[in-house]
Amino acid sequence: MKTIEELMAIKNKTLEKMTVREDQSGFTRVVVGMATCGIAAGARPVMNAFVDEIEKRHLQNVTVSQTGCIGMCQFEPIVEVFEPGKEKVTYVLMNEEKARKVVVDHLVNGVPVKEYTVGAATK
Amino acid sequence: MRELSLNVLDIVQNSVSAGASLIEITVTETADRVMTIRIADNGCGMDAQQLRSVSDPFYTTRTTRKVGMGIPLYRLAAEQTGGEVRIESQKGAGTCVTAVFHTDSIDCAPLGDMASTMCVLIGANSGVDFVYTHTACGGSFVLDTRRLRELMQGVPLSEPDVLNWIRDYIREQTEMIGGGALNFEND
Repeated sequence: MKTIEELMAIKNKTLEKMTVREDQSGFTRVVVGMATCGIAAGARPVMNAFVDEIEKRHLQNVTVSQTGCIGMCQFEPIVEVFEPGKEKVTYVLMNEEKARKVVVDHLVNGVPVKEYTVGAATK
Repeated sequence: MRELSLNVLDIVQNSVSAGASLIEITVTETADRVMTIRIADNGCGMDAQQLRSVSDPFYTTRTTRKVGMGIPLYRLAAEQTGGEVRIESQKGAGTCVTAVFHTDSIDCAPLGDMASTMCVLIGANSGVDFVYTHTACGGSFVLDTRRLRELMQGVPLSEPDVLNWIRDYIREQTEMIGGGALNFEND
């Protein structure tokens, strides 16, 4: 049973770690396409997988957000990764499993997963 | 769309784009197997001309392509069960989209994972408040982010731990009231 007490415990725990990360300029941004096309193609589980995997690995400098239609509906679900000072990486035809691999390979180890990128898909 | 909760996720994005600060999502299931989903926002609203166009798949405000399938797909999902989608809107006041589904129809998609839909919405729209109310034969529950924000004293609701709490809370409550009987569990 989910209780308010449990929620309060989460609040207190989060307040402690929040003070150290107010400046978001050095953050990596993961952006999931969530227009009709993206949602119909399965963007929701992809988004949830990113949030879940990032939390599991305690990655502190990553934010996950959503955007509308990027204009390549046939390649949805599409995920863009913006790292400060680096070129944007666009992943296409994503699913939950691929999302978790992108977290491990790209966000943790710094190596983009080439075979999932739009460059590989349009070859 | 495989489940109605995905349609809801899609339709609510329109409220977000309309600049709403409060979006109320109300699911009501009655014993006579009618399910009503009402999405009401306080966004910029639409004029009569726009209101007439939104169900036309070739009408869209987007610039990246020439079709907009959100409302047409939602309308299809409702009408194929013998139900309907009604849209009321007033320029400057907000929009209300009410969809009626006959859940005993073989063509009625399951409500699906509303908990995930709410988590994505709450997690991605920190400037918007959501009130999710679900009523079924076994009772009713409300999740109000205004109340949650008050309790959390500055901790963003987009924190993964908080979202997980919200997801589990909605799932538990939905089960307790016997809502969304045709749930998919695979998302």
